[in-house]
Amino acid sequence: MPIVAIPSLLRNLTNGEESITVPGTTIREVINNLETRYPGMKARLCEDDRLKPGLAIYINGLLTRGSILESVDADAEIHFLPAIGGGMAVSS
Amino acid sequence: MLENKEHKVIGTRPIRHDGVDKVTGRALYGADFQAAGLLHGRVLRSPHAHARIRSIDTSRAEALPGVKGVVTAKDIPDAADKIADLGEGAVNLKYLCDNILASDKVLYKGHAVAAVAATNAHIAEEACTLIDVEYEVLPPVLEVRQAMESDAPLLHDTLKTTSLGETAEEPSNVASHIQHKLGDSEKGFAEADIVVEREFVTGTVHQGYIEPHNATAHFNADGQLTIWCSTQGAFTVREQVAEILQYPISKIKVVPMEIGGGFGGKISVYIKPVAALLAKKTGKPVKVLMNRSEVFEGTGPTPASFMRVKMGATKEGKITAAEAYLAFEAGAYPGAPVGPGAMCIFAPYNIEHVIIDGYDVVVNKPKTAPYRAPGAPNAAFASETIVDEIAEKLDIDPLELRLLNAAKEGDRRADGPIHPRIGCIETVETAKAHPHYTAPNGKKHHGRGVASGYWFNIGLESSVTINVNSDGTINLIEGSTDIGGTRASIAMQAAEVLGIPAESVNPSVVDTNSVGYTAVTGGSRTTYATGYAAYEAAQDVKRQMIARAAKLWEVDEANVQFADGEFSSINGKEEQISFRDLCGRLGETGGPIVGSGTVNPGGAGGAYATHVVDVAVDEDTGKVDILRYTAVQDAGKAIHPSYVEGQIQGGAVQGIGWALNEEYIYNDEGTMTNASFLDYRMPTCLDLPMIDAVIVEVPNPGHPYGVRGVGEVPIVPPMAAIANAIYDAIGIRMTELPMSPDRLLKAMGKI
Repeated sequence: MPIVAIPSLLRNLTNGEESITVPGTTIREVINNLETRYPGMKARLCEDDRLKPGLAIYINGLLTRGSILESVDADAEIHFLPAIGGGMAVSS
Repeated sequence: MLENKEHKVIGTRPIRHDGVDKVTGRALYGADFQAAGLLHGRVLRSPHAHARIRSIDTSRAEALPGVKGVVTAKDIPDAADKIADLGEGAVNLKYLCDNILASDKVLYKGHAVAAVAATNAHIAEEACTLIDVEYEVLPPVLEVRQAMESDAPLLHDTLKTTSLGETAEEPSNVASHIQHKLGDSEKGFAEADIVVEREFVTGTVHQGYIEPHNATAHFNADGQLTIWCSTQGAFTVREQVAEILQYPISKIKVVPMEIGGGFGGKISVYIKPVAALLAKKTGKPVKVLMNRSEVFEGTGPTPASFMRVKMGATKEGKITAAEAYLAFEAGAYPGAPVGPGAMCIFAPYNIEHVIIDGYDVVVNKPKTAPYRAPGAPNAAFASETIVDEIAEKLDIDPLELRLLNAAKEGDRRADGPIHPRIGCIETVETAKAHPHYTAPNGKKHHGRGVASGYWFNIGLESSVTINVNSDGTINLIEGSTDIGGTRASIAMQAAEVLGIPAESVNPSVVDTNSVGYTAVTGGSRTTYATGYAAYEAAQDVKRQMIARAAKLWEVDEANVQFADGEFSSINGKEEQISFRDLCGRLGETGGPIVGSGTVNPGGAGGAYATHVVDVAVDEDTGKVDILRYTAVQDAGKAIHPSYVEGQIQGGAVQGIGWALNEEYIYNDEGTMTNASFLDYRMPTCLDLPMIDAVIVEVPNPGHPYGVRGVGEVPIVPPMAAIANAIYDAIGIRMTELPMSPDRLLKAMGKI
């Protein structure tokens, strides 16, 4: 199952757990399953079924376009980090 | 993915395709644009750093003969407080619109308030003086720590601090807080034999591109809007103008003219929507140009910052823990590059226990814009100075200390992801073995310093189309503005695939209607991502050409091979035809061939640099002279080594300016007092030795030729390297940028 690295500012929702193994074949499924186990998580990461502005998704160390529709392998490591576009930081 | 074979074109140094036009003055820049009936636009800017706009009366300006139109924020469609997705990132639309033309408040001296279109520029300027604006002047907040105080004047009544989706209850100038945490920093510091902690301050610095911003806009009778402009990204101009004007993207065409520098500063839009508003109001084409003062006061510099960094190490030199507090000035609206600063700060090292806190803080200065590796140079100034001090206290060679702790493939970055194949160790080893580093350095008040730096680089979308010509050449259509020789570096990647010389490729940078979506020239992505798209487009051409050869020889496509620019038949018939000759037979084998490639690659591969600098400090004047400078950098694979060297040299020089001279100097009212190149001191060739650029090649597995972006990381190490050299020269740790003569004299106790 994919492993999600929990950002430090969200670890209050996971009782301090730094990484969580969660089932899912897409980022959306992974986030929904995270939400089931740790209520409130989805609202911190998503807005209107899209990733919140200012966030980016790294899968296995590679930056994706930030879509929750991105598929993930069973052994994927997922990170949510500040988004960078064209050398520019985004604002929210 | 990575091709392991000898190259014919890649790694050579052909003359750039746009070179002749540029050196003969024939290249067309935005200010050169002319059209029948052209009007000239000028912008009225705020004289105050912080004020509420009570009223704007444009009637006297409109009555001036020759004036054809005046616009204010009221001409911008009502900007809801919503997030606009601009492809390159998301922005708050109200902030975006208010930065174009202020609606209720002005938030920095130079903030645009209104604009005039007239039959000539002088009338437009005069008309600006006839616009009556009533302001309620408010106290400005000009420094990040002051802005973070609980009783500081607020720039935005509704701005509240967000911490990864959680919003504070009370308004604040702190727009957001980010944090990265790895391991247990308390435990790490307990394991350390020494701990070094210092505070650092950096000034506001501009990119200093030579060509000011410019834009000409025209609405056709059918509502089609065309904008000719200087930009790092025609598509992002299209997106931003569409959002600001609430106008369909399909009705906007952006034509990128040649660009006289950008360094990140020509991604944001300023006068392009203003030109469009004036064009809409007057029904005529309108050209708006900035002067240099407007560029300084009205466009985005890179942020000033306050940082506190603490690192601990064992007496053997193992760094056990690191901690950083980064507070960056966003300028008038949220969006400081504290995120990338936090991602890069400790990236040259493998450290088990790290905690990094970053704050994005609004102040009454122009909204910051990207500038070469945004955020990383500030952060590296702090961390690389601390690393140098640890080396000194432990009596370990500073490059050896870096090698002892260097990040490598498989190590985890402080912000989480695992490093892929990287060249951190290779740049440090190369610097350590360089004759510069091993040369004697013992004169009084002369010093040597080193520093490393990291920038992660990005991929994003790029599209390329290739049209095959009957004479064996190809026309390569791309959407990436050419800032540093990328026509050549992209063309060379297509030429390599097709086995033709670089000179047989005719690259063109075209408008948004003529090529697929292409993200900005920024993030060190162009040779990587657009080059990757050119590679894919050339592969598409190759596949189609193989089919034509098979048709010509009446063999199966599987029996045609292509190598070194020659198609040949295998397995039976012994036929051979060159790429050029087959191009001449396209008509009889099926007609024209067009190849296309579109990519959105995620494996940009981070870039590392290690710099070595020798300085001389004049004890009487405090002036620092750069005596020798060597910049080592991992380019992955240098497609065109001359342009890689150019990027390395340019980045190092801008870093030297940032280190020694450049800063916005404000008075108490928030007015920049040095808004000209006479007083804002950038380095010239007279201030510099030849920058020795040393290319290291650790191929990036995320690109067919191993390319890594090269444009940004060379500006990351210079400030710390020079600070460390100054310490070596006079024994004083400089912790504030720029390290100008007056600051050195103060530090030496001379004034």
